[in-house]
Amino acid sequence: MSLSASGVLTTEYLKEIGKYPSEERMKQGPVAVCECVEKIPCNPCESSCPFHAITIGENISELPCVTWGKCTGCGSCIPACSGLAVFVLNKSYSDEVGSVAFPYEYNYTFQVGDVVGAADRSGKRVCDGVIKRIVNTKKADRTTVVTLEVPIAFVDEVRSIYRERRS
Amino acid sequence: MSAAIEAASAGVKVLVIDANEKAGGQLFKQIHKFFGSSMHRAGVRGIDIGRELLEKCEELGVEIWLDSLAIGIYDNLRVAVDRKTGFNEHKMILVEPKKIVIATGASENAVRFPGWTLPGVMGAGAAQTMINFHRVLPGKKVLTIGSGNVGLIVSYQLMQAGAEIEGIVEALPKINGYAVHASKLTREGIPIYTGYTVLEAHGKERVSEAVIAKVNPDWSTIPGTEKTIEVDTIAIAAGLKPLTGLAHMAGCQLTFDRFLGGWAPIHNEHMETTVPGIYIAGDSTGVEEANTAIEEGKLAGTAIAASLGYLDEKEADALQEAAWERLKGLREGAHGAERTQAKEHQLHAYAEYMERRGEVG
Ligand SMILES: Cc1cc2nc3c(=O)[nH]c(=O)nc-3n(C[C@H](O)[C@H](O)[C@H](O)COP(=O)(O)OP(=O)(O)OC[C@H]3O[C@@H](n4cnc5c(N)ncnc54)[C@H](O)[C@@H]3O)c2cc1C
Ligand code: SF4
Ligand code: SF4
Repeated sequence: MSLSASGVLTTEYLKEIGKYPSEERMKQGPVAVCECVEKIPCNPCESSCPFHAITIGENISELPCVTWGKCTGCGSCIPACSGLAVFVLNKSYSDEVGSVAFPYEYNYTFQVGDVVGAADRSGKRVCDGVIKRIVNTKKADRTTVVTLEVPIAFVDEVRSIYRERRS
Repeated sequence: MSAAIEAASAGVKVLVIDANEKAGGQLFKQIHKFFGSSMHRAGVRGIDIGRELLEKCEELGVEIWLDSLAIGIYDNLRVAVDRKTGFNEHKMILVEPKKIVIATGASENAVRFPGWTLPGVMGAGAAQTMINFHRVLPGKKVLTIGSGNVGLIVSYQLMQAGAEIEGIVEALPKINGYAVHASKLTREGIPIYTGYTVLEAHGKERVSEAVIAKVNPDWSTIPGTEKTIEVDTIAIAAGLKPLTGLAHMAGCQLTFDRFLGGWAPIHNEHMETTVPGIYIAGDSTGVEEANTAIEEGKLAGTAIAASLGYLDEKEADALQEAAWERLKGLREGAHGAERTQAKEHQLHAYAEYMERRGEVG
């Protein structure tokens, strides 16, 4: 099903349109990906990047474009995005595991070191992960940024913590 | 409030009347970070934008009557107000301003199906007011009807408040709101049923289940595709329409445009309606968004300040031009073209109407 019918993006599609960092780039260090592929009038990600690695331009409805070479993976853009659509991926520090940093705006009880289920873009539990970092800055204005470590093969898929449906 | 701020900062004496217990309209329920340009405080939560506007009003000495309803506009710009004067005490007051800005916002569209009057079936806006303003959870198992931005955002906020979203039903074959809003929900495992509609709701004391079914492109339902979902709340997000009662009563001319939510008063580029002295701004002249409402308010506020002699024309022109520039930017992009056209149509309709009236008169 297409994104517009299901609401679920795929890594393949992001790669196809050139919005996904290369394996090589992810091996070099953390890097941001804007999973924002629909023209909407929005640009806070662009102004949030201290390294000017995200460009949208004059017309704020253009898609954000990350210059992988400039991106340091600092993560400032994650909580700045109104669409909660920016993630920082890292496949550089191990051959077995990598990490995904994502925005999180729910109440939580987990702590650094906890093992939790990891969910893909459709909410399906695809593997387990270890919480590596939980960041709440004043600038992030109540959007928590969680870094989850998962088997390296799942870095491209994991985008949240798995949530058991309440019914 | 935006019109009030512009006018008051030029020196105009302003009174704001609002039926709510807090001025700021929808903004005080919008706990999410807003879209738009970072120049326009995008990335800031709606509730904080509302707070800033309110503080600015207070700073400028704008008088605000809360819990007070404007019930009618009569000849010569007289406004009847049911003003709150104390606990459980209201008094009818006639206000006679030189200029009026109508910014009454919009009201929710209903969807009718057997069972829609059961307790627990409500507008998504009502659900949002309950969680974000009154801090009460309307229910634990919610079905949302409509996948526009309102349906998606309110579903997300219901989840943040601790409810489970049993599903989002959308009759169109595609999600109507922004994909990023939808993705926020899908990665939490929320099913979005595109190409489905709600058939009926069952329940004794309150809604306990909803029946949904697939629809054909002509919106007829496909027998055999029914699905029963256990719910205790149905939140309807089927669009908004401009609240035009006051404008209509005052004799302002309206036009119909489905991209703006239906009938809405036409106006000139200063936001003045066909009734001289009555201005309009925001969702009440076409359902859009907070940023556009704020800019339209600025247009009305500066125009009023200029026409009352508080701003010289050059200064007012420059402010108006800048606001139009920003509006143009806000109405660009995939979801903006239809709105731009519809807004242009309103301006044309105003010009035509005034010309016709000139010929007759
Ligand atoms: C769920 C949801 C999410 C949204 N998200 C965004 C977003 O991300 N970005 C964005 O830019 N916009 C967003 N919006 C839209 C935005 O909130 C509205 O477009 C904006 O608030 C419109 O402002 P307004 O002043 O025209 O109307 P409103 O905010 O609706 O204010 C109208 C006010 O008039 C009062 N009133 C009405 N009739 C009377 C009367 N007769 N007498 C006295 N008072 C009266 C009401 O009580 C109310 O306070 C969202 C809206 C909703 C519902
Ligand atoms: S991770 Fe840091 S450097 Fe990279 S795009 Fe985001 S803000 Fe810029
Ligand atoms: S802030 Fe987020 S939603 Fe807005 S353009 Fe950037 S990536 Fe897209």
